[in-house]
Amino acid sequence: MNFSEVFKLSGLLCKFSPDGKYLLRITVWSLCTKSVSYIKYPKACQQGVSFTRDGRYMALAERRDCQDHVSVFVCSDWQLLRHFDTETQDLAGIEWAPNGCVLAVWDTCLEYKVLLYSLDGRLLSAYCAYEWSLGVKSVAWSPSSQFLAIGSYDGKVRILNHVTWKMITEFGHPATISNPKIVVYKEAEKTPRLAPGRLAFPPPRAAAGVASPAETKYEIASVPVSLQTLKPVADRANPKIGIGALAFSPDSYFLATRSDSVPNAVWIWDIQKLRLFVVLEQLSPVRSFQWDPQQPRLAICTGGGKVYLWSPAGCVSVQVPGEGDFQVLSLCWHLNGDSLALLSKDHFCLCFLETEDRVGTAFGRPGDHT
Amino acid sequence: MGEWMTVTDPDLSSESKNICQYTSETKMSPSSLYSQQVLCSSIPLSKNVHSFFSAFCTEENIEQSVSYLDQELTTFGFPSLYEESKGKDTKRELNIVAVLNCMNELLVLQRKNLLAQENVETQNLKLGSDMDHLQNCYAKLKEQLETSRREMIGLQERDRQLQCKNRNLHQLLKNEKDEVQKLQNIIASRATQYNHDMKRKEREYNKLKERLHQLVMNKKDKKIAMEVLNYVGRADGKRGSWRTGKTEASFFLRNEDEMYKILLNDYEYRQKQILMENAELKKVLQQMKKEMISLLSPQKQKPRERADDSTGTVISDAEEDAGELSRESMWDLSCETVREQLTNSIRKQWRILKSHVEKLDNQVSKVHLEGFNDEDVISRQDHEQETEKLELEIQQCKEMIKTQQQLLQQQLATACDDDTTSLLRDCYLLEEKERLKEEWSLFREQKKNFEKERRSFTEAAIRLGLERKAFEEERASWLKQQFLNMTTFDHQNSENMKLFSAFSGSSDRDSLTMHSRPRQKKPQNMSNGSPVCTSKLTKSLPASPSTSDFCQTRSCASEHSSVNVLNITPEETKPNQVGRECANQKWSMASRPESQEGCYSGCSLTYTNSHVEKDDLP
Repeated sequence: MNFSEVFKLSGLLCKFSPDGKYLLRITVWSLCTKSVSYIKYPKACQQGVSFTRDGRYMALAERRDCQDHVSVFVCSDWQLLRHFDTETQDLAGIEWAPNGCVLAVWDTCLEYKVLLYSLDGRLLSAYCAYEWSLGVKSVAWSPSSQFLAIGSYDGKVRILNHVTWKMITEFGHPATISNPKIVVYKEAEKTPRLAPGRLAFPPPRAAAGVASPAETKYEIASVPVSLQTLKPVADRANPKIGIGALAFSPDSYFLATRSDSVPNAVWIWDIQKLRLFVVLEQLSPVRSFQWDPQQPRLAICTGGGKVYLWSPAGCVSVQVPGEGDFQVLSLCWHLNGDSLALLSKDHFCLCFLETEDRVGTAFGRPGDHT
Repeated sequence: MGEWMTVTDPDLSSESKNICQYTSETKMSPSSLYSQQVLCSSIPLSKNVHSFFSAFCTEENIEQSVSYLDQELTTFGFPSLYEESKGKDTKRELNIVAVLNCMNELLVLQRKNLLAQENVETQNLKLGSDMDHLQNCYAKLKEQLETSRREMIGLQERDRQLQCKNRNLHQLLKNEKDEVQKLQNIIASRATQYNHDMKRKEREYNKLKERLHQLVMNKKDKKIAMEVLNYVGRADGKRGSWRTGKTEASFFLRNEDEMYKILLNDYEYRQKQILMENAELKKVLQQMKKEMISLLSPQKQKPRERADDSTGTVISDAEEDAGELSRESMWDLSCETVREQLTNSIRKQWRILKSHVEKLDNQVSKVHLEGFNDEDVISRQDHEQETEKLELEIQQCKEMIKTQQQLLQQQLATACDDDTTSLLRDCYLLEEKERLKEEWSLFREQKKNFEKERRSFTEAAIRLGLERKAFEEERASWLKQQFLNMTTFDHQNSENMKLFSAFSGSSDRDSLTMHSRPRQKKPQNMSNGSPVCTSKLTKSLPASPSTSDFCQTRSCASEHSSVNVLNITPEETKPNQVGRECANQKWSMASRPESQEGCYSGCSLTYTNSHVEKDDLP
């Protein structure tokens, strides 16, 4: 049994959980009215459901008779607002734009196709960068709804603008960086000689570190820099290539990407100038990253015991204190941007930030994280 | 003469080839003879004289040799060596003179031949060397031709090879492209096939799932579906149903309305943003345009001043600006035409600016590269500017001409009334009258000037006459003295001479300046010369009425028309002299005949000279 559940806090405090695949329907539970409703034929794909930011509408991907459809529901009374079919082979995901007026629909990775639908179901535009090669891997809207970033298997991010829905630029992810304007932070282990200290700061600060294997700091590597690459296995499915993760900063100034062929690095792009800004290379593959909802501050976790923070002012590597090994598998910011939840397998840690540089952590009680 | 060979052949063969030239029986061609004789032409006689003599003519065969020689010479055109034969039987005597002549002739001939031979030889040498030279040149050129031909062939070969390669590469490229196309087609067909298969399998899978679900559900206990914790139940224990099933029209419409409102809000917001951006950009463009115009305008001020009707871009832009300033409010509409106008004007200005900058760059580069050609550069630019100016001027002049032509045509073409015509005529007449008046005034001035001159001349002549009179008196006194002193002189001998001298003396006195003449001759001749002078004067007198008439006519000239006045003016010089004459004559009536000579001297040179000449001739 495979439960796929999505929790989304909508404005109406409506929570629903789709049933497992074998039940072939979504059950919507309303906590207020204590009522249930079912939605038939949902599509069990990577991202089949999407709520608008204001929680007013929900888009659901369905597949009926080998044809993909999208249903738009009004969340207040779960009325079906629109139902239209999409020209996709096998719909892989849908996502609302933050302004709630455009729905991005993308196809399976076998075909590069991104469709943009208006709220009332009209097809606004279709975008296809190339044929035959593996297509879209990840999609992200900028918070201002101005840009749509599409990460694909060819290792490039293409940015579409909301006026013409045409590509304005594409970002490549080469393994060697030679432009001297780009700052490359490399995580490096501190030498044991340094005095113990909880925090590790960038080189200007003469801070000491504990002689534990976990202490690391960031060093600025001089250009040209070659990053660690992962050679993908050619004959297997789901190869480790392409842009696996995309995220815009809340002010839309920066875009953070991760290329699966260079798994240890996080690339930060300056959207104002449309060029690469910073590259952070970690010692282990990056698991996830998330922007602070209030300011351009990125938190990265690699599955180790540290959380890494980057902002235009600098970057810092923070060791999660506590007994034993705390493997940060994922993280989540609080809405007000003051605190950060770090989640491991069966623990979670709440990290709150007092000032920009000094980071404090507080352990959270162990508990299930769902 | 083959028979002679028996006598001379054995000797010939032993002798040098020189002898051959003197025998006619050799069968060698003249050219071979000449070629053999290159070096031995003039030498032989000294060496082989004796042998030669013994070879040809000996004591025994004198007669034969003589006859032989005679025959040969006659055949060659020389006269016979024998004397005239008196009879057929008598033996002919050798004519020595003929022989000597023939010898001489032969020698002369020999010398000529030698000279000719030398010339021919030198020419031959020259020709030989020329030919050698030409042959060398020819050989060299042939070699060059050969090498260039070989090169060409080599290059052609290379070209051919490269073309072959090129074709091959093209072919390869085409093949690759075809392959790529084929592969793509294959992929497309396979993709469709897979999709079809996928759909089929999906349908199958769905069916199976449904069947399984049915089967499972049938068997399954309905209770065990999901564990619900903290069940929030209702009063009646039932689950409330959601109102999703109801499709109440009001709800539906309300939802639709809300949706459309949201969409419209979004569009409006976006449009506002875009409009703001547009307005900003337009402002920026407008500013840019203004700045560009201001940048370019200080340079174009000159043509702006000159070009009255020109269609220069600057002026039209200035006008455009004046018009556009009033249309600023219209920009907010952002309609097609306004946008186009703005972009077009910006593009125009930018083009002008660009060309200007390019010109400056060229100037700068020229100045850097060709420092010594500064003058040329500047003059060229000046030349260009000047040509522009000139063109503008030409345009202006043409327009002026056009307008003037138009006016003229108007004047001519318009059917004028009598009044206008008379007015016009009066205008023309007035013009002419004024012109005439001006000219008359000019002529009067000139006449005055001439009269002044005449007066001055007459005064001068009077003075001259007075001086002459004084001089004459002096001379007379002096002559009297001389005469008194010299009483033994013979009159007649010196008459002629004195006449001459008198007239010569008188002729010498043509010039107004008084030269001191030898007065010795003069006094005696005065009395003698006078009657002759009077005769001359009488001769000259008939001319005086004419001159007086002339003067009278001249005095009346003032009332004549302008044309007549004009005609007289070139001849002012003559009247002056005539006037002088008149004056002198008037004056001379009262004076002595001697003084008439003085007035006579006032006449033109030709006048006196002619008379003198007349008298000179006896």
